Amino acid sequence: MAYELPPLPYPTNALEPHIDQQTMEIHHGKHHNAYVTNLNNAIKDTSLGNQSIEALVTQIDSVPESIRTVVRNNGGGHANHSLFWTIMGPGKGGKPTGKLAAAVDSELSGFDAFKEAFSKAATTRFGSGWAWLSVGKNKKLVVESTPNQDSPLMHGNTPLMGIDVWEHAYYLKYQNRRPDYVAAFFNVIDWDAVGKRYEKAIG
Amino acid sequence: MSEANPVSRRDLVLGTLPAVGAVAGLLTGTGLLARAAAIADEGAVDNSVKTLLAASYQNGAYTLPKLPYAYDSLEPHIDAATMTLHHDKHHQAYVDGLNKTLKAMADLRAAGGEINAPLLTGLQEDLTFNGSGHLLHSIFWATMSAQGGGEASGAVGDAIARQFGSFAAFQAQFAKVSATVKGSGWGILAYEPVGDNLLILQVKQHDLQTVFTAVPLLPLDVWEHAYYLKYKNVRADYIKAWWKVAHWPAVDAAYQAARKAAGHA
Repeated sequence: MAYELPPLPYPTNALEPHIDQQTMEIHHGKHHNAYVTNLNNAIKDTSLGNQSIEALVTQIDSVPESIRTVVRNNGGGHANHSLFWTIMGPGKGGKPTGKLAAAVDSELSGFDAFKEAFSKAATTRFGSGWAWLSVGKNKKLVVESTPNQDSPLMHGNTPLMGIDVWEHAYYLKYQNRRPDYVAAFFNVIDWDAVGKRYEKAIG
Repeated sequence: MSEANPVSRRDLVLGTLPAVGAVAGLLTGTGLLARAAAIADEGAVDNSVKTLLAASYQNGAYTLPKLPYAYDSLEPHIDAATMTLHHDKHHQAYVDGLNKTLKAMADLRAAGGEINAPLLTGLQEDLTFNGSGHLLHSIFWATMSAQGGGEASGAVGDAIARQFGSFAAFQAQFAKVSATVKGSGWGILAYEPVGDNLLILQVKQHDLQTVFTAVPLLPLDVWEHAYYLKYKNVRADYIKAWWKVAHWPAVDAAYQAARKAAGHA
């Protein structure tokens, strides 16, 4: 079985003006597609593709050493981007509701403190990587960041939502102004989708 | 000298070059004549790497050196918009980050008492990230030119042919190393003076995965900010274009100076 590029759940211009159409086209059609292609090439002689991408990434340490690095980079890239598209949407933004909102209040000192911590994680990650809102092994919310295409799944956490802070995610519109991109991202977060992931993660 | 003394870090970079005293003289404001004299003292061709590095620390602080050519000079291979942002914004941010980090370390010492370990750990990361980011960019600008391209020439050309088998073999390895940097980083041709060797390094970020004595001779920035406006996701096309501006006479001058300083010439 080979992994496939999932279609974007909305048109490439749907997140304008916060994330521009050209960036979405290249990000999804070229970058994400390259992770899928490179992943499939790396595992074509194995049975590693007979599982969800999340399962593959979670068990990255059991991937044969000869292909582990390429699977880490490209499998991580596939998993991260697949999630990224689904936790954004047009006309979204705002704040979490329900159980997730309560957990943000009790475990992360409220939405404003969370937003500050998440923005800091996103803007201070050196070079390429991601910032995340995840659920830890203890089922508590945690703000974290990972380098390159590493996923929180690789260390046992469950990502609820994340922001891609590779320069390719924002350079055409924001150039060196990563903080402006991070601020704009809050206008497209689909908190309903993130909330559903939270309820599933805490079981 | 403490690690936070900016002069010590500057010396770390320039210390492998001869005529350090003459270079230090530049910093006291003796200007272009002294710079020309320093180069003449060496008996070397114009060492643009040395010139740019000398302009990267002035009057007690790290500084952004002027580009040695116009922003559009490397067109069409590297576009003016990219050069402007890259030099004026990205490089400037590393200069500022480095000075700020050194100031924060000095403040930490001045505060006395028990040192805040997590704060210090963060500052150490800031130091090598911004310090290497600053100085690598200076060398990057100095080793590109509208008159660049072609094969390596001079002593460094001979050494490349000897150590890598041929220029083509070197070029293939360097291009592959640069193309496969995971995320943000550099491909670097460096001179390692203990073994009198040329090395190709694959550096992550600006500061990870190096050999400490190695002197960067020819760095290629493959952070996405170096090429995204023009080449988007196609890093390989950017690398192909960059060979057309890689300035081998500048690389050779830096190589010869580093060898001489190491007592190998």
